[in-house]
Amino acid sequence: MEQYRIDESKGLEFGIYTLGDHLPDPHSGERISAEDRIHEIIEYAKLADQAGIDFFSVGESHQDYFATQAHAVVLSSIAQATENIKLASSSTIISTSDPVRVYENFATIDLISKGRAEIVAGRASRIGLFDLLGYDVRDYEELYEEKFDLLLKINEEEVVNWNGEFRAPLNNAKVLPRPQQGKMPIWRAVGGTPQSAMKAGYAGVPMFMAHLGGPTTAFKKTVDAYREAAQSSGFDPAALPVATAGFFYTAKTSQQALKEMYPHINEGMKRTNGGGFSKQLFAQGAHKESVMNIGSPQEIIEKILYQHEVFGHQRYIAQIDFGGMPFDKLMKNIEIIGTEILPAIKKYTAQK
Amino acid sequence: MKIIGLSGSKVGSKTKTAMDYTVQSLTKNYPDAEITLLDLADYDVQFSDGRHYLDYDGDTGYVAQTIMEADAIIIGTPIFQASIPATLKNIFDLLPVDALRDKVVSMLVTAGSPKHYLIPEQQLKPILGYMKTQIVQTYVFIEEESFYRKEITNDDVLFRIDRLVEDTVILTETFTKIREEKEAEYDF
Repeated sequence: MEQYRIDESKGLEFGIYTLGDHLPDPHSGERISAEDRIHEIIEYAKLADQAGIDFFSVGESHQDYFATQAHAVVLSSIAQATENIKLASSSTIISTSDPVRVYENFATIDLISKGRAEIVAGRASRIGLFDLLGYDVRDYEELYEEKFDLLLKINEEEVVNWNGEFRAPLNNAKVLPRPQQGKMPIWRAVGGTPQSAMKAGYAGVPMFMAHLGGPTTAFKKTVDAYREAAQSSGFDPAALPVATAGFFYTAKTSQQALKEMYPHINEGMKRTNGGGFSKQLFAQGAHKESVMNIGSPQEIIEKILYQHEVFGHQRYIAQIDFGGMPFDKLMKNIEIIGTEILPAIKKYTAQK
Repeated sequence: MKIIGLSGSKVGSKTKTAMDYTVQSLTKNYPDAEITLLDLADYDVQFSDGRHYLDYDGDTGYVAQTIMEADAIIIGTPIFQASIPATLKNIFDLLPVDALRDKVVSMLVTAGSPKHYLIPEQQLKPILGYMKTQIVQTYVFIEEESFYRKEITNDDVLFRIDRLVEDTVILTETFTKIREEKEAEYDF
């Protein structure tokens, strides 16, 4: 775990992620400017840092209703504005980028932040960016695998010799600057299915698993498949961190939490995904067995501890800001995380 | 209420003829409904390549999005080789998982042989069920003998289409009402 900068003796890490979505507030129908949204995200990260939250990440989406296409630029600004919080992408679309440039960017963020940067590499759930950036969507799978492998190689080797199909060969190439400690943690983004998780396991890389809804036990299969695949490839699963990421919202009661969050999820998903979120399914999000962390602070503490028991994961990452969530609500959530949820989770998961 | 008439084939005229009457019946009896006829013969719809439905351009994007925005869909389809035509199956392939949740779908089927009567039952309904549709169980099955030069000549067929239209609208209203009441109970 050490090479991934995770100290399990301190307990489960708690993080926050944003997709960088830029959606109207469904209550007012109004949308802040992209300028304001980017500043809001930077401010959000600062507050998370001040609250003692372990991790903050920003996503890359090249489509309408998003503002952080240049997510590495946003992260570099956050790097300078924060002190302790770890910073990453969620995720970097490696398929349509040059791994050399991605590594240069994130190694630089690592130096600006004094050793706090990580990369989460994904393959995009939507494909508009293939046209935008000049790639053929028929190469979807191969682009990802080849570029992800190259990214890992650059991290491992200071002088790189490589050739492949989608990029000019590298001959004795030095990719500079190097991160503060020579290397940085690189995660594979996984969409929640066991098949996708197994690929991360076979490669022996940490898994960043996003989940929408459903029972916690359903995602245990994905985590188990990841660890079994790692084992079968000769890696020690106990040395590979697992992060889970999904919806989070806390308020005085679970009913109030559902009420405050639902319109943002439903309207936001209609715009970004073409279909809303069923109320029936959302209502189940408040159940103790659901993987969505929606509820009162005490209910959420119990849920996260239960998830930790089931998954044995090292990091949980909360998505709170989706769908034009007003900033005062984000501030309130961070305050409750910092004062109630985080201390309880650390207390119960730290190894004594 | 948004109702789509989806004529599912580029071949022949019988399905289109029946769908034209269906739209006429809808328009006459439910003037407040927003009715659109999508005749796949008029559109150049590409084969599904697995992308998200919002990522298709042109006719493909238009057809997929129009269907996704509907409250009810009346599908008209011929039966070829004891199966639904590829054009119609492709529409299902373009749409995401659970795409037809909270939508009512009814069916009108034309065929050259009475042997095809159970094809919608055995092929179309399982697809619609998987996509979470509320299905109007009774469908209208129309054989070749009921047509003459692009007209329906059998009054019984016209009556049955009128009943299908009525059932589709009544079920859509009913399910919408049930859903609204249920959603109100959640209080969020």
